Amino acid sequence: MNIHEYQAKQLFQQYGIAIPVGKLAVNPNQAREVAQEIGGESWVVKAQVHAGGRGKAGGVKLVDDFERVGEETKAMLGTRLATIQTGPEGLPVESVLIEKTYPIQREFYISLLIDHVTSRMCFIASAAGGMDIETVARDNPEQIITIIVNPAAGLQSYQCRQVGFALSLQKEQLLLLEKIMRGMYRLFLEKDASQIEINPLIETDGGELMALDAKINFDDNALIMHFDILALKDAGQEDEKENKAQQYDLNYITLDGSIGCMVNGAGLAMATMDLVKLKGGRPANFLDVGGGATKERVAAAFKLILSDVQVEAVLVNIFGGIVQCDIIAQGIMAAMQEISVTVPVVVRLEGTNAEQGIKLLNESGLGMIAAEDLAEAAEKVVALVEAT
Amino acid sequence: MSILIDASTAMIIQGFTGKIGTFHAQDMINYGSNVVGGITPGKGGQTYLGRPVFNTVKEAVRQVGAEASIVFVPPGSAADAIMEAADAGIRYCVAITDGIPTQDMMKVKNFLRRFPESERMVLTGPNCAGTISPGKAMLGIMPGHIYVPGNVGIVGRSGTLGYEAADQMRRLGIGISTSVGIGGDPINGSSHRDIMEKFEQDDETKLVVMIGEIGGPQEVEAGIFARENMSKPVVAYIAGLTAPEGRRMGHAGAIISSSAESAAEKVARLKELGVTIAPTPSAMGETVATVLARIS
Repeated sequence: MNIHEYQAKQLFQQYGIAIPVGKLAVNPNQAREVAQEIGGESWVVKAQVHAGGRGKAGGVKLVDDFERVGEETKAMLGTRLATIQTGPEGLPVESVLIEKTYPIQREFYISLLIDHVTSRMCFIASAAGGMDIETVARDNPEQIITIIVNPAAGLQSYQCRQVGFALSLQKEQLLLLEKIMRGMYRLFLEKDASQIEINPLIETDGGELMALDAKINFDDNALIMHFDILALKDAGQEDEKENKAQQYDLNYITLDGSIGCMVNGAGLAMATMDLVKLKGGRPANFLDVGGGATKERVAAAFKLILSDVQVEAVLVNIFGGIVQCDIIAQGIMAAMQEISVTVPVVVRLEGTNAEQGIKLLNESGLGMIAAEDLAEAAEKVVALVEAT
Repeated sequence: MSILIDASTAMIIQGFTGKIGTFHAQDMINYGSNVVGGITPGKGGQTYLGRPVFNTVKEAVRQVGAEASIVFVPPGSAADAIMEAADAGIRYCVAITDGIPTQDMMKVKNFLRRFPESERMVLTGPNCAGTISPGKAMLGIMPGHIYVPGNVGIVGRSGTLGYEAADQMRRLGIGISTSVGIGGDPINGSSHRDIMEKFEQDDETKLVVMIGEIGGPQEVEAGIFARENMSKPVVAYIAGLTAPEGRRMGHAGAIISSSAESAAEKVARLKELGVTIAPTPSAMGETVATVLARIS
């Protein structure tokens, strides 16, 4: 799960990580008041959306009078901000963070995540702050320092010093960095984060270290233990169909193609989409109906796919193991009887109770197109879309 | 031979009397697996599905010689169940449970590291379909009948995509020595590489199929191992060619967070390492058949 920058910064504050003075605003008047309250001579207005790349997309504005704070806020609120990470339709801007500005000496990068090779928590830091870390890793790998934390012993002071010296910090700044790293480590463990990123971490004129930006992702599997984090969820930042899918415990991701896909199992779902693409079609979505699919869940999944106006044909690919194909067939039939389906549906059922499932669909009179195997199913559905 | 399990492996079910545990325990018994009992704390002493129920894994190891276990315990307590199995002296554990918090799995991995390698329990999963040595034993939730005995080893993250591969091979008359699901989570008990190491040592296995997907470094690590240490050919398919960057594709681990984790990049690296790539998911069986014909 993602949260907004301002929410991440509130968590940072609770864990002793220094952040700029600032406050959230939801209208231009409030934004002006916040700027006055903060004081100083210039402010930054930051659109709050769940995506990076805001600066280049016009979602971060530096201004030096109160009126302009209001004007920039007015210009951002109610719009959709499209960044490199959001796709062309962008994300809605419903609030802005107004912050005091600070003279910046240097910018660093620091993040904490799980290293999948060692299955341990790992700090990644670089003196090349403010840049895309992947670009740095590719072009200047020597500028990146990685610290793996032993889970039994926890984060040690010497590890923080290693990072500090790698970033060429002054001796007095080492303790400031350690405070930030310890805060990140504690926050990660206590709230079951999956990634904490500060980019940039700035050094001010006075030598202070401060998180100018903040990004935290949380482990979805652990949210059940953290109601405070769950309360930070902003459904408006997520796809409507994806939110609906969550209610039925379906894994659904919207894509921009025309062939709706309903598959059981994440791997088979990805493989089915791959095959659609290889045959010349474009998948409209990823949808895994999961291992314990009931008739209701399948019906909900089917309706969800058809609620996408871009969908010109549907491909159902089920390999029954725990999931029984006749249950899938009943779910599809229930959905098709409830809503009028105007697009062709290609169905491939294999595995547990496949024969009963195929029989049910054939006898339903709903005009579904049966396919023997995966390749045939993909070919048929792509041909149908091309014919329309 | 086969790897991890065979007809004599004494198996227990953790989460025996629950709905899911019951269903799959019965399925495993019907398949012919040597199920010697199950664990449900508080129900020790009862008999269930004709097998004894124990309060603790330790009792099952002592009293009926349990060697392998399968975990159907809910996500919040699954890590505890896995660690109990390791501590009791279980040799091999399959964790089926989906949704175990990452921190819990980090604890499990750290817990297992404390044991000397010779005494360390092998864990596969979580979030997997289990392991089957066709005709011998099944420690998992797969439809057993699609797997026929033979000489191809399968290691894969996804359950149903693994079924698809096994079914394509069955239709071409190709059988399987053992099929191992390593699961779709970012932190798992065994990697592709760990399982390949076992297949390399297994006389019965002539070829290994790796079914991977986007996210994480494990497929490429396995490819490097195959080039440097394996005498047997490896065929691979990597799912997720159409997956957008930064989105979690169902599996917790199936996310492209750096360019090296994309399907295209993994395929390119594996090709360089001498792994034969199945060009489409419907060609997994044919690709295996072609390579088998070449080596026989």
